[in-house]
Amino acid sequence: MSMILTIASREFKSLFLSPLAWTVLAVLQYILAYLFLTQVETFTLLQPKLAAIEGAPGLTDIVVTPLYGNAGLILLLVTPLLTMRLICEERRNKTLSLLLSAPISNVDIILGKYFGLLGLLLLAVLLITLMPLSLLAGGELDVGKVAANLLALVLLVTAFTATGLFMSTIAGHPTVAAMGTFGILLLLWILDWTSGMQDQRSELLVYLSILRHFQNIQSGLISTVDIGYFLLFTATFILLSIRSLDNERLQK
Amino acid sequence: MANLITVEHLSRYYGKHCAVNDVTFTLAQGEILGFLGPNGAGKTTTMQMLCGNLAPSSGQIKINGFDLQDQPKLAKRSLGYLPDTPPLYKDLSVQEFLHYCAQLHGVAKNSIAGAINNVQERCGLTGVSHRLIANLSKGYQQRVGIAQAILHNPDVIILDEPTVGLDPLQIREIGALIRELGQDHGVILSTHRLSEVQESCTHVQIINQGQLILKESIEDLNLRMNTGSLQITTRLPPDTAVLLAIPGVSAIETLTGNQIIIRHSMTDDPTRRIAETIIAAGWELQELAPVKKSMEDIFIALTRSNDL
Repeated sequence: MSMILTIASREFKSLFLSPLAWTVLAVLQYILAYLFLTQVETFTLLQPKLAAIEGAPGLTDIVVTPLYGNAGLILLLVTPLLTMRLICEERRNKTLSLLLSAPISNVDIILGKYFGLLGLLLLAVLLITLMPLSLLAGGELDVGKVAANLLALVLLVTAFTATGLFMSTIAGHPTVAAMGTFGILLLLWILDWTSGMQDQRSELLVYLSILRHFQNIQSGLISTVDIGYFLLFTATFILLSIRSLDNERLQK
Repeated sequence: MANLITVEHLSRYYGKHCAVNDVTFTLAQGEILGFLGPNGAGKTTTMQMLCGNLAPSSGQIKINGFDLQDQPKLAKRSLGYLPDTPPLYKDLSVQEFLHYCAQLHGVAKNSIAGAINNVQERCGLTGVSHRLIANLSKGYQQRVGIAQAILHNPDVIILDEPTVGLDPLQIREIGALIRELGQDHGVILSTHRLSEVQESCTHVQIINQGQLILKESIEDLNLRMNTGSLQITTRLPPDTAVLLAIPGVSAIETLTGNQIIIRHSMTDDPTRRIAETIIAAGWELQELAPVKKSMEDIFIALTRSNDL
């Protein structure tokens, strides 16, 4: 356990040694702040009309939910760039043997790397969350719904990171890992677009779609099906990563 | 004395290619084992298997009594490894990197600082301890690699070509360091520089095409090297076929028409018979001198005879 923490904290600190982590945090914050302000602007324009309607969507629905939705989409683009180097670069720089010959297990290595990078993404999520919280200064928020959005984004990020980690474990080059991760995630993101067409609806595709589960949780319907999906998703890719690192020793 | 490393019938295949074939050896405390072999002989593969970076296709490795397959964590505890490319995180400073390595190897928190200071002194890194590894010269990076391998005071130290990229003075320093380490640890080191083996090692092991073709102590090897071959000059060119037929002669190299080198076995010294044959044949013996062989000669003779 302490080894996981050691590797994770090293990974987390290493990210901040290069401009990469800073750039990612800055760009994410900048773009999302822009979208956030646009959304707030829209709300102030609509507010007089909304006041007249019974049961109209409130501040949380109009500002917070789209913000987290956009954050999810941008993180889908950004996560592959962060995860691509996790194992792949260690292998290319031949530093992997430092970890492999130390008295630690492959589980420690994979989980350490995973939590190290997850730390950065959770930090990004935390920074994003500051935006809706700032609305509390002048308005009222549905705190439960904000929490649901936060949970949805956290679960999304854990799943993205696990996918990226796995691709980084099997790929020979970081860009291949990034492209692979991006491909898988985008495919799973758009998978349920066919469900709009009634006759082509497939229950399996709907279940596999990340977007569907993400939106379910976002809307405040927190069910074990959706949470189970993300946990299963994450666990699968982490297990696959551990297996493929085991394989590293068997054949080269 | 207990064996630190026991390797039994170790084999490793890459697909159908056999990189290491049925290798068996042991390493005891206080031994410095020089591991020699031409490129692609299986040195690095063997070392990677010893350090758990590669799984063997068959065979068993025990380190300090722990099987590397069954109890990898316990076995790796007594292991320090420098791969052929030193595994360095270039964006860390020497101090940070060594701190991380100490943590990875489970060095107790309160003794980390002491261990780092000690190892920096031993490897001559004190002056650069706050510089980034990326900015260090190749020689210094190599030293950091060695420092990383001996940091946690392991029983077994495995160094894959530790002196590559170092200047002659540094090579001598590292040689002294290795001899010092060998006093209370077991050391395996692979190298292309045979003089290095002669200087620092107590035992030598030659591997060629995946097979162990020699395992001897340096004293035995020196004995073998002193009288292993004869340089002979005659006035008329000798008939090598006749000389080769003499019992005990293993190979003949022709330098010029009438100057040859005869390699012979030590157990059955044929020097007298060779001299008698040459005189009887009337080739007029002019010179017959034992050649003091360097390790290069042994190495070349052994690896070449294996090719044929």
